[in-house]
Amino acid sequence: MTETNRSTGSPLVKRGLAEMLKGGVIMDVVNPEQARVAEDAGAVAVMALERVPSDIRKDGGVSRMSDPEMIRGIQATVSIPVMAKARIGHFAEAQILQSLDVDYIDESEVLTPADETHHIDKWAFDVPFVCGATNLGEALRRISEGACMIRSKGEAGTGNVVEAVRHIRSIIGDIKKITQADQAELFEWAKQLRAPLPLVQEIAETGELPVPLFCAGGIATPADASLVMQLGAQAVFVGSGIFKSDEPERMAAAIVEAATHYRDAAVLAKVSTGLGDAMRGLEIATLETKLAERGW
Amino acid sequence: MVASLGPKVIEVRTPADLDAVEALVMPGGESTTMSMLLERSGLLAPLAERLAAGLPVLGTCAGMILLAEEIVDGRADQHRFSALPITVRRNGYGRQLASFEVDLDVAGLSHPFPGVFIRAPVVEQVGAGVEVLASVEEHPVLCRSGSVTVASFHPELSGDSRLHQGWLSLAGVLEESSAVEEPVTERH
Repeated sequence: MTETNRSTGSPLVKRGLAEMLKGGVIMDVVNPEQARVAEDAGAVAVMALERVPSDIRKDGGVSRMSDPEMIRGIQATVSIPVMAKARIGHFAEAQILQSLDVDYIDESEVLTPADETHHIDKWAFDVPFVCGATNLGEALRRISEGACMIRSKGEAGTGNVVEAVRHIRSIIGDIKKITQADQAELFEWAKQLRAPLPLVQEIAETGELPVPLFCAGGIATPADASLVMQLGAQAVFVGSGIFKSDEPERMAAAIVEAATHYRDAAVLAKVSTGLGDAMRGLEIATLETKLAERGW
Repeated sequence: MVASLGPKVIEVRTPADLDAVEALVMPGGESTTMSMLLERSGLLAPLAERLAAGLPVLGTCAGMILLAEEIVDGRADQHRFSALPITVRRNGYGRQLASFEVDLDVAGLSHPFPGVFIRAPVVEQVGAGVEVLASVEEHPVLCRSGSVTVASFHPELSGDSRLHQGWLSLAGVLEESSAVEEPVTERH
């Protein structure tokens, strides 16, 4: 019947998958076994990467795209979407990931940047991209390059939610202020944010980002997930927080439930009970490398 | 989308929420995750009861999978409500790169409806009493059986509210007369 005009890779199709992940938890996994644990716990997607951020932090060295074999192994193991990370500006890694049929590419500051000036031209791809941002200007620059989902960066691999809170508050706070601005002030906002005027004008009209806004970087407990979602994040990425905790299966399931019932303190109390130790956190002031400062 | 048409909308997360609704949208998402959360939230039995009692329901994508009688390529522990006799293959159209948009000819609508398919399920079989309202190639993509309407695509993403309007009228939530056939354009 209707076959004629099927179109793939359109902006709506690319953003559509992000819309479907709202309210959920996306978990970092480094092998098929962890991917299975994540799916069993109710993750809406997994992020395949070679080392979780806390190990990247510990081991140092250059951090790159994962081995395709590992990504394929994870794709073969779970039925939920599989995302993978490319280095900032490394469009060749992104091309490889697209050829592997991953469901989303994260152009991520957690890996070592490959280009100090240019992010990937994400419009050139059919696979959708998520990018990190520490503030609204950064988010809008990524969207203008074709990102279909923004995650606030936080500080990955620390188990410390303070930077995640700072970034999500900054993004949402500025969105609120823009909705109060008059037309003349929007020009100044665009200039201050170093962001395209049409995107700023769109925010003034709708009161939200043109793409879903998720939160990442330091979420380590069910309460952390609830906190950032009450602040306005539409879903959460949990990296080291799950597989560096005492009991990953229970922590994963608890964070999933917390994301669903993020306003229900009784449920949060229940799922927070007896989880064992969360990952050991790091004080931000002691960090040698702040990953959030990568990208611009 | 529904709220833009008038009715009050709440999110159903608990059995008490479910008690308060007169019609239910089971949206897209990951059907495996939704199945687990329905179970952990104590919603499986109450929802099955309401469905059996004729609760008007619109299931899109993952929602359709949960309402189906048979699921192919699901997880073994995935729940199904068997609210209508269809067989669906999870992610049947493929991964994200295969996600697509297509204009659909829908029975009862005068001009095409924009269908947005995201890692969508394929309806492989429909049983007795299921009305097929739209198809892509040989596969049904919009089906109705009694009070249950299911779509393998996402009418809520397209900005066209005609399907929601028709469903709400059928559910008795909107007056029949207020159902117009012109698309209400929303921001994408």
